[in-house]
Amino acid sequence: MAAILQSVGVTSASFQLPDHSNKSPAFPVCSLPVIRSEKSSSFDPIRGIGKARKAVTKAVTAQAENSASAASKPGHELLLFEALREGLEEEMDRDVRVCVMGEDVGHYGGSYKVTKGLAEKYGDLRVLDTPIAENSFTGMAIGAAMTGLRPIVEGMNMGFLLLAFNQISDNCGMLHYTSGGQFTIPTVIRGPGGVGRQLGAEHSQRLESYFQSIPGIQMVACSTPYNAKGLMKAAIRSENPVVLFEHVLLYNLKERIPDEEYVLSLEEAEMVRPGEHVTILTYSRMRYHVMQAAKTLVNKGYDPEVIDIRSLKPFDLYTIGNSVKKTHKVLIVEECMRTGGIGASLTAAINENFNDYLDAPIVCLSSQDVPTPYAGTLEEWTVVQPAQIVAAVEQLCG
Amino acid sequence: MAAALLRRSRAITNLVRTTATVSLSDQFTALQFHRYRRYRRSPAATGDFAGKPYGLCNEPPFASRRFESAAAGQPIVAETDEDDDGSDRQGVEFPGGRVPFTPQMRFIPESSNDRVPCYRVLDDDGYPIEGGLYEEVDKEIAVRMYRSMVTLQTMDTILYEAQRQGRISFYMTAGGEEAVNIGTAAALSSDDIVLPQYREAGILLWRGYTLQEFANQCFGTKNDPGKGRQMPIHYGSKDHNYITVSSPLTTQLPQAVGVAYSLKMDGKNACAVAFVGDGATSEGDFHAALNFAAVMDAPVLFVCRNNGWAISTPLSEQFRSDGVVVKGQAYGIPSIRVDGNDALAVHATVHAAREMVVREQKPILIEAMTYRVGHHSTSDDSTKYRSPDEIEQWRTSRSPVTRFRKFVERNGWWSHDEETELRASTRKQVLKAIQTADKMEKPSLEDLFTDVYDQVPENLQEQEKAVRDAVRRHPQEFPTDVPL
Repeated sequence: MAAILQSVGVTSASFQLPDHSNKSPAFPVCSLPVIRSEKSSSFDPIRGIGKARKAVTKAVTAQAENSASAASKPGHELLLFEALREGLEEEMDRDVRVCVMGEDVGHYGGSYKVTKGLAEKYGDLRVLDTPIAENSFTGMAIGAAMTGLRPIVEGMNMGFLLLAFNQISDNCGMLHYTSGGQFTIPTVIRGPGGVGRQLGAEHSQRLESYFQSIPGIQMVACSTPYNAKGLMKAAIRSENPVVLFEHVLLYNLKERIPDEEYVLSLEEAEMVRPGEHVTILTYSRMRYHVMQAAKTLVNKGYDPEVIDIRSLKPFDLYTIGNSVKKTHKVLIVEECMRTGGIGASLTAAINENFNDYLDAPIVCLSSQDVPTPYAGTLEEWTVVQPAQIVAAVEQLCG
Repeated sequence: MAAALLRRSRAITNLVRTTATVSLSDQFTALQFHRYRRYRRSPAATGDFAGKPYGLCNEPPFASRRFESAAAGQPIVAETDEDDDGSDRQGVEFPGGRVPFTPQMRFIPESSNDRVPCYRVLDDDGYPIEGGLYEEVDKEIAVRMYRSMVTLQTMDTILYEAQRQGRISFYMTAGGEEAVNIGTAAALSSDDIVLPQYREAGILLWRGYTLQEFANQCFGTKNDPGKGRQMPIHYGSKDHNYITVSSPLTTQLPQAVGVAYSLKMDGKNACAVAFVGDGATSEGDFHAALNFAAVMDAPVLFVCRNNGWAISTPLSEQFRSDGVVVKGQAYGIPSIRVDGNDALAVHATVHAAREMVVREQKPILIEAMTYRVGHHSTSDDSTKYRSPDEIEQWRTSRSPVTRFRKFVERNGWWSHDEETELRASTRKQVLKAIQTADKMEKPSLEDLFTDVYDQVPENLQEQEKAVRDAVRRHPQEFPTDVPL
């Protein structure tokens, strides 16, 4: 419906606008190893990867270097926030219905510069600066989505999106269902969250734990420039509302990503480091703490398998299950709080589905149930540190 | 230097004379004379609105006034404003524009002395008021409006009774607000996207939603377009450009701004029309949405049905302002108060407002004054908090349906026989629709799990399987009118 734009500076789409009932992402790139599962016509979003999964052969260090991309073409290097912007820009070029709204996203370029330069390129209407009312601009995005646009809502900080909870849960998640399928809401809600460097309690929220029960939404968390761009593109192309969790401290990660276009799957986990002794499940910033602990563990003779679950709702139980069946021990490392976090749900899901394969109870390392303090030393100890991960693995593996 | 600048300015000299006790340097820092621009009327506002008379004077009722800031960094030029009547006014530059200043400390009172008048064209007996200006409706539209009002009233009465009999779980009537419903519906185009609160079923009725479809939704049958997922009266129909009702109040208002934004991007000759009750204007989203709409020049028509009661909360306990109409100006939105029980006035106002919204691409707020004759819903007994006499008076002598009937009858467009026939046949049709819906199958079990996402994900497939297993094992516990 929103096919004609009146604002200035719209570049013509370089690809044909696909029929958006076609679910499979349109660009399998042959030189790139298959990162997503082959999608059959009967789309099964949780089955996960059936075949052709490239194994990552070397341990990934804190600087996430994607060996797959290094193996094929040089690609180009960029920071995570630039990767997000690149994904966003490619989607805005591809589909004129994609638009961005949020506070200071326009000429200011966004508080983390994810939308920098987009307002100049696409105009004020497509990259819309809104007044300060999160519930309102999220509601506005929902209304626009119901009438044919594909909006992306940027929360300046994920914590502020708590003010938009009503619109996200009651409307974003529910209107497709309660309208009997008449109205779809293909929105993306994204923003930085997680514990930063001394930002105080209200700027250090982990909203994935609050949103996880909302029926009708999908949640993904990016952790590297590669998956940030891929997940951003997948989220925009999805017909469902997707919440994309970014982390404040990861925006300046640098990585070499492919030049070719790629889209990742929203429901798949990422195998970061295959191993034999223990399955470590993590996501977002904790991935880096885990990989740091992994270095120490390898030196001590352990062989941890590290999986970045990426998809927080729904969980990729296929990948996780295969790992559990191999190692029989699970350690979950998350930044959420102990009570009611993603780790708590994941523990329940694994126990329910793979109880027979477990040799030991699942260990879940999470933040304490406290508001994040401002003092740097205190803040450091609210999140899980590599030393704790090493100790937990040692205890788990004996 | 200060003295030289001061000499050039008559204004400052005047000021210095009148406030001699304040030092010159204080004066100078207080007054920053930059180049200024006046507030001006938008050129579009002075045009002709298709030759139709609006309001009580020939001046266009809508003038866009935006206070413009002067550019910062301009050389200090001591100037004074000349007001329209030629007197001098002095102003101060602040972010947001030039503000005239005054040495008199004066608080703006919480309300003006007189309340904002409401626009009406028919008196209580349905006679056109002398000197009133309104867009005339022809016989066809007027009769159709009247028939719809009667149909709405009949449907409400019978479905309310159906709830009382236990046949549906819940119902809300639009009793007393038929004129707001139908008057608005008749004035909009079918392309205008409606975001209802919950008492606007008349608009769906006008747009062609059948009595059977209403009954299907209330009974939650398999033919309900909403697939039995929402509670009664939470209608929604994409074909009729009527967004599904969502229970929490005012969630539809920011969404209306989004819908308008989408229409604006498309350049469509259509607007978003969002409804809100008097009570709901206390919600934060109402204020945020009005502000958004104004800032973004979104083509939204906000219609507030001020029916006096928010369940048991009367207006005096809801807000302290003069109703809702005065809030428009606070957000920079033109607004009007209309007699919501005067179908012609509502029709004329909404039609004019809609044209302005689409042409100017700016929001407008309409406050329709009316009365909620029925209870808030079937879960309410309003005699607990208001007198039955008050209700009776509004139901009979101040009924909008009766008032409009007198008007159409006097014009020779309607007769007593047609009245009897309409009421009887509508009643029969509604009863038939109810009976059909009552006997109809419910949506199938698989519809419990579809549309949560675009495709049914694996976890929900598992959950469906678990339910089916349970049904297979205990078929007698499972209702018989739900197909598997």
